[in-house]
Amino acid sequence: MPYPTAELTALASETRARILERLEGGPLTVGEIAAGLPVSRPAISQHLRVLEEAKLVLEEYQGTRHIYRLDPTGLRALRAWLDRFWTHSLEAFAAEVERDQPKPTPAHATRRRSTRP
Amino acid sequence: MQPVAVLPVHKSIRVAAPPARAFEIFTAGMHRWWPRAHSLNPKVERAAVVIEPRVDGRWYERGVDGTECSWGKVLRWEPPARVVLGWQLDHTWRFNPAFLTEVEIKFFADGDATLVKLEHRNLERYGENAKTIRDGLDSPEGWMGGLQLFASVIAAP
Repeated sequence: MPYPTAELTALASETRARILERLEGGPLTVGEIAAGLPVSRPAISQHLRVLEEAKLVLEEYQGTRHIYRLDPTGLRALRAWLDRFWTHSLEAFAAEVERDQPKPTPAHATRRRSTRP
Repeated sequence: MQPVAVLPVHKSIRVAAPPARAFEIFTAGMHRWWPRAHSLNPKVERAAVVIEPRVDGRWYERGVDGTECSWGKVLRWEPPARVVLGWQLDHTWRFNPAFLTEVEIKFFADGDATLVKLEHRNLERYGENAKTIRDGLDSPEGWMGGLQLFASVIAAP
């Protein structure tokens, strides 16, 4: 499967990852998204278009406000699902380690008993 | 297609055993803890979840009837500190040898216990199938249908 080089991916996705992080807190305007990011407004808009095409964000008009929010469908849903999946699985793993630990080995227990008078 | 940003999934948990034991239970003992409902073949009772302990080793589940369902393969095998598994279930929730996302699990000694850190990354690779995903959203055979089926299986008592 042809993937872009790691460098290109990282460079492009760094900003988009930060945009997604910001939108996790709720819907924002382009201006709010851009605030504090070392990227020009037009560049932010371009990143938002890519995220929109990938169904990661949705564009909406609330009255005169033009906002972006996370798209509940598509990749975002998959990621959220995997997040819950791993939480659930690791908890099961930790519980199994817990079960595995406290019991002394039968050999050890037997030896202890046998040394008693 | 341009790369799409999807943050990796990060999880960490503290488990009550030294790293070597935690590593062993995570890998060799996966069948003991991997939630029973998380199966690609839910109609058949699961007999084992197997990680062959070497680079390029297979990662698969086997049913009591002997059927095997591949999940992926071992990319790095560094007991007791790290294992990297290739998760090769694609957007249709089926094994696809041409598709791969990475799950890295690291084990750090923490007193008598172990801090286990998990990262599931390269999720943007699902983006290459974004159109298929969109087309399949409403289809019971599609990616979302697969996940919903999976989720309902998990939620079932």
